[in-house]
Amino acid sequence: MKSNKLVTWIGVGLVVVIAIALLTGKQKEEEAKVAMTDKVKVGFVYLTNPGDHGWTYAHEVARQEVDAHFGDKVETSYVENVPEGPDATRVIRELAQQGNKIIFTTSFGYMDPTLKVAKEFPDVKFEHITGYKRSTNMATGNIRFYEGRYVQGVVAGMMTKSNRIGYIASFPIPEVIQGINAFAAGLREVNPNAEMSIIWVSSWYDPVKEADAAKVHIAEGADILAQHTDSPAMLQTAEKAGVFGFGQSSDMKAFAPKAQLFSSVNNWTPYYVGKIQQLMDGSWSTGEGPDHWAGNTWKGMADDYLVLTPFENMPADVAAKAQEAADKIKGGMNIFTGPLKDNEGNTVIGAGEALDDGGLWGMNYYLEGVLGKIPG
Amino acid sequence: MEQLILTILLTSVPLVFAALGELITERSGVLNLGVEGMMLMGAVSAFAAAMLTGNAYIGIIAGGMAGALTAFIFAIFVLGLATNQVATGLALTIFGTGLSGLVGAPLVGKAIEGLPQLPIPILADIPVVGALVFQHDIMAYLAVIMVALIAWFLKYTRAGLVMRAVGDNHDSAHALGYPVLFVRLIAVLFGGMMAGFGGAYLPLVLTPHWAEGMTAGRGWIALALVVFASWLPWRVFVGALIFGGITIMQLAGQARGWTTPSQILAMLPYISTIVVLVLISRNREFALANSPACLGRIFHVGK
Repeated sequence: MKSNKLVTWIGVGLVVVIAIALLTGKQKEEEAKVAMTDKVKVGFVYLTNPGDHGWTYAHEVARQEVDAHFGDKVETSYVENVPEGPDATRVIRELAQQGNKIIFTTSFGYMDPTLKVAKEFPDVKFEHITGYKRSTNMATGNIRFYEGRYVQGVVAGMMTKSNRIGYIASFPIPEVIQGINAFAAGLREVNPNAEMSIIWVSSWYDPVKEADAAKVHIAEGADILAQHTDSPAMLQTAEKAGVFGFGQSSDMKAFAPKAQLFSSVNNWTPYYVGKIQQLMDGSWSTGEGPDHWAGNTWKGMADDYLVLTPFENMPADVAAKAQEAADKIKGGMNIFTGPLKDNEGNTVIGAGEALDDGGLWGMNYYLEGVLGKIPG
Repeated sequence: MEQLILTILLTSVPLVFAALGELITERSGVLNLGVEGMMLMGAVSAFAAAMLTGNAYIGIIAGGMAGALTAFIFAIFVLGLATNQVATGLALTIFGTGLSGLVGAPLVGKAIEGLPQLPIPILADIPVVGALVFQHDIMAYLAVIMVALIAWFLKYTRAGLVMRAVGDNHDSAHALGYPVLFVRLIAVLFGGMMAGFGGAYLPLVLTPHWAEGMTAGRGWIALALVVFASWLPWRVFVGALIFGGITIMQLAGQARGWTTPSQILAMLPYISTIVVLVLISRNREFALANSPACLGRIFHVGK
């Protein structure tokens, strides 16, 4: 019928007009960007948005400090809420095309997308956070998060009355296993009877699941909770139930004033500033060899990459012991010093041995004190 | 153990709301696949309203309204323009998921005061049962009341009969003079409102936060539950409890150190839903007994 055809053509026309408007708008934007000054452009890819008060928030804080530190010499930009996978490849590629000279991809799952785009843009430097693949123009950056977990274990071991710790973990990747084992090492150091129970929620940020897992842990008798996920849900559940827990990635005291014992806060600023400075000086390099091990930055409490928030809601002697442990780590102590057994009774770190970085990446066991087996 | 049962009961509430709403919608002959999107719209609206007004009860109302509004969009297409119900429903799910993510982006990381518990005066003091059944928030009580109400509505009221007629044979119902499209509109709006309530329960009670996609597939489970329950309200209630129960038990299993890989345990709730559905459908007559004969079929006036 005539009027149906007219409607169809108007619809098609509208779609075409909108498409043209969007495309030309984008072009103009990019031309304007290229015409700007010789600032060093730095790009960031975020997994969630800075409002998560955790992982991404810490990156955003550091990015703003980079802006403040370098002032006019640097121009930073970021893309948030980028899912791990093909979407990430597209976003990283766009950042490279927009003229960014160094790009930080802030999640483990961005590893292969970053490697792919790094091959396509040999003149751009890529820094992948928490990964293990490198190339001539792709480096990795990491924080020794597990050091904070050792201190958590010490505090938990002294404060637990039920000798049961509830741990909420995300995915069975090396970083998370290191965290679990570091916690166990600290825990058993002060309390040989305490045990850790692990629930895997298969997500970095899922408040409903984290709250459920926390409730189940509490129902099963845990009186101290820890998490390797990003939302404050666990702590809030802990606060309601009258138990204690540790915050993750940023200070979560505002969400759980009575429940948070302390939080490990990630401080990415020295890493970002250092790498950007290296780029500007021309000294950025990942070294030789197929592994490009020289391109791996992995620092911890000794370099203030990991900062612990003040110890609260605990007796003075526990706080003192925690501070002692923290000071020892800052002074260079390796928390994985043998003899250490896994939870099946085998000695995995011999007496007098200390685990090196390779051993940390190859951790495929739970230390004594952890219930169950690593999934998959 | 008591704590675990409590957690199971609470986890089941969103499913009960969403599935009951979808039950009414499907009984009137409309297949609404947009439940997940409507739940998310309900969740984000409830959270935003509770955050802005400081009153969680207003959050409930906002959640229901958002679900109903999203369902209204669905109704415009499916009832007004006679579009394919499956395609439109899927489109609404994607729409609801995306829009809630967009609206909710500035809300990530914020927290609200959830719904308070309302213990029923004398009954709450009964030894074991009291704590489990009579110390919940208002929405949990409402969920159970709705199951009874909807069962009564469908079986004993004239309006329920009319709605079932519209769902079973819309041409005959139309010939008898019943307003088929209007009945379906009411059913769709009700379904959307209930989905909105179900979604609202997540940030108002389960965890006082907003996260993109926080329903995590509960809308789809609700859809499956309606079929699993042969479109009968009390069976929907039982089904929701079973699904919620398995979800929590797999977490408890992990906490107790079961050696089954956690990925497999996480699959259990969904697999069991599929298994039950397959078992139920193997007897065609039993499966068709309560299903609305005109489910998903487009109604043309004066065909």
